[in-house]
Amino acid sequence: MDWAFFILAAVTLASAVGAMALRRLVHCALALALAFAGLAGLYLQLGAQFVGLAQVLVYVGAVAVLIVFALMLTRNVAAATQPLGSPSWPLGLAVAALAFGALVAAILSSPAIQRPVRELPSGTVQQIGIRLMTDFVLPLEVIALLLTVALIGAVIIAMQEERSRE
Amino acid sequence: MTPLAAYLILSALLFAVGLAGALTRRNAILVLVGIELMLNAANLNFIAFWRYSPNPEALTGLIFALFSIGIAAAEAAVGLALIIAIYRHYQTTNVDEVNSMKG
Repeated sequence: MDWAFFILAAVTLASAVGAMALRRLVHCALALALAFAGLAGLYLQLGAQFVGLAQVLVYVGAVAVLIVFALMLTRNVAAATQPLGSPSWPLGLAVAALAFGALVAAILSSPAIQRPVRELPSGTVQQIGIRLMTDFVLPLEVIALLLTVALIGAVIIAMQEERSRE
Repeated sequence: MTPLAAYLILSALLFAVGLAGALTRRNAILVLVGIELMLNAANLNFIAFWRYSPNPEALTGLIFALFSIGIAAAEAAVGLALIIAIYRHYQTTNVDEVNSMKG
């Protein structure tokens, strides 16, 4: 355990809490981008360079921008004066705390955490590419199809109302 | 505490924060943000288990995390399109007000 882990973990957690608890929606989106960047740092810290950079490209680059765009397209002036959470927020917090407690109990009682610490494994881009093109070629094609279908579907869902009005 | 346990507990905390946000916020976009945080917590688990696995040469954890990132991107695009369609229809993104199917 070193300082880099603690700093990255603190930044990620603080910005995740900010993304969920801040009042202004744009601040939430910016805090979310920071949380994604902190997670990318944690992936790099774990030796997963390619996944860390994919995280930066997909989450910090695309998903955060998508969320900012969605916030821009759904501006609601009346919502600013409404209370932040739903009326049943204590129940939601209780469920989340219960889930956290169950997860921590499972983690601490698991034999997996007693594994000896090894030297940093190498997951180079070349190795990942070879695996993706040999053993995982079918999942790769399926996910390519899924992404195409999802993006076409997203465009159709978002424009449907406009078309029926014409 | 071993490094693996520290990463797993961080991931559990992120998951709990995302779950709490998804269950308590009223804005549909922030509910989606909470779901994204939970997915990222799962990805952190995959990578941490890969890093401390007895057989990291198989790269399965890394590749599962990559596929999970791809699926999360598709999920975010469809979810935000649905929220925009709902906003066009109801002029609100408050999940408590979208209740026309409530019995």
